[in-house]
Amino acid sequence: MSERLYDEAILAEAKSQAGAGALECPAVRVEADNPLCGDRITLELAGSPARIEALAHRTRGCLLTRAAASLIGRRAPGASTADLRAAIAELEALLTAGTPAERWPELAMFTPVRAVRSRHDCVLLPFRALAEALDRLEGR
Amino acid sequence: MSPSELRAEFPIFAARPRPFHYLDSAATGQICRAAAQALLGFEAAARANVKRGVYRLADEATQAFDRARAEIAAYLGVRDAREVILTSGTTFGLNLLAHGLVGRLAPGDEILLSTLEHHSNIVPWQLAAGRVGAVIRAIPVTAEGRLDLDRLDEVLSRRTRIVSVTHVSNVTGAVSDIGRIVEAARAVGARVVVDGAQRVPHGPLDVEALGCDAYALSGHKLFAATGAGALWIRRDLAEELPPFLGGGEMIRRVSFAGTSFAAPPHRFEAGTPPIGPAIALGAAAAWLAGLDWQALAEAEAALTARLLAGLAAIPAVRVVGPTGTQGRLGVVSFAVDDVHPHDLCQLLDSRGLCLRGGHHCAQPLHDALGLEATTRASLALYNDASDIDALLEGLEWAIRRLA
Repeated sequence: MSERLYDEAILAEAKSQAGAGALECPAVRVEADNPLCGDRITLELAGSPARIEALAHRTRGCLLTRAAASLIGRRAPGASTADLRAAIAELEALLTAGTPAERWPELAMFTPVRAVRSRHDCVLLPFRALAEALDRLEGR
Repeated sequence: MSPSELRAEFPIFAARPRPFHYLDSAATGQICRAAAQALLGFEAAARANVKRGVYRLADEATQAFDRARAEIAAYLGVRDAREVILTSGTTFGLNLLAHGLVGRLAPGDEILLSTLEHHSNIVPWQLAAGRVGAVIRAIPVTAEGRLDLDRLDEVLSRRTRIVSVTHVSNVTGAVSDIGRIVEAARAVGARVVVDGAQRVPHGPLDVEALGCDAYALSGHKLFAATGAGALWIRRDLAEELPPFLGGGEMIRRVSFAGTSFAAPPHRFEAGTPPIGPAIALGAAAAWLAGLDWQALAEAEAALTARLLAGLAAIPAVRVVGPTGTQGRLGVVSFAVDDVHPHDLCQLLDSRGLCLRGGHHCAQPLHDALGLEATTRASLALYNDASDIDALLEGLEWAIRRLA
């Protein structure tokens, strides 16, 4: 079970580091921490409450956290905020109920994580940062 | 007792599928048969509240509870068992002391901790200090992850009222020189508290001879059940301290005009205590006290040396803590270049290796060492060379996979 977490899709996504870096003029910047290990993501967004123009992140974490951050970095630019919120919900449903993701099929790479409760937070950390960033962007 | 006979005294090793290499005893020790039997025996066939009922079952429970207190006192070298308070664990004990000791401080008084501390020996003092305006200071560590007592004068002052330090680091395994700390603290009139959570699983001790005023420990690290621990407080100090929690057996007389409190240890044992786990803790202490600890200490030192030598031979690995076996116990943390501890521990799990990755509730120490997190292998009396060899082989495999 533990070994299955580290299949090629997760390793490749983590290594690609899509979206790694910083924005020149972010509209929103949030930091999120995993208290278990001290992992941290700093996530920046530019755009409107309806659509994301640009996203960048600086992620210090395990492969699962880095893969999740990279996936966000790949998919978020140009996406609607509604689409991003749906992706966050899809990931939570995948981890808690095993529901396959339809909007972001790449989330399927995290399916083996469902069986390891202690690692859910690793995958969720970047998505929680994204949710908080969207809240701020939308003025909630 | 041979290593295999010793291992047979811990039911988990027969219960788990193999391979099973448990190297996380610094977090939780496995329960020994004596403690498991005592726990089940009480909960299934002898369960009643203590210090209340007069019927036979209740009286037997009270006697078993008092016997556990005496067995723990004997393990700690405490002559008067009434100085031992039964708690829920080290964290509770340290919170009790922080509440009682800090309430008497004046603004500007100082509490001296150390950079080695577990969060449970930092946060209770911070919470209490904030209420009275006391100041927290910390003994620094050396690059080897030991207390830097040569710099004690820089942080100890005439305003220091309390010194609270760990006996053994839960990250580096370094053993603190409590005698030297006590001597310096006494010179400025400070009380000394010791977090013994990591020391007690490595053999009986004499806390009175250490010279400190209080010593806290957890049962789950001493091969007993979760949920019980003990706190020794030197009698003169215990009698000065106010209650921590109210209710139950900690009272002498209650009226709306005012309440008076029982003498220690009951003053600090509010509510129904964790009776079964405390009885299990007593049983574990009694069983452990009968072992040959000189032989066990030699075996642990040999395993620690084997582990340190193996880690030193892996280029990507850096040990965080003493690289020798002097003045340290079998708690060994390390960092691996470009590999996150949680990824490493997860992959090692697939080989039956149980290790802890993270900051081990010691973020100030990790900050001081320039690390976010480390991987920790911690040894106990049931480990043998096969555990170390499996870890070293697994490490090389996992690093190839992850780096």
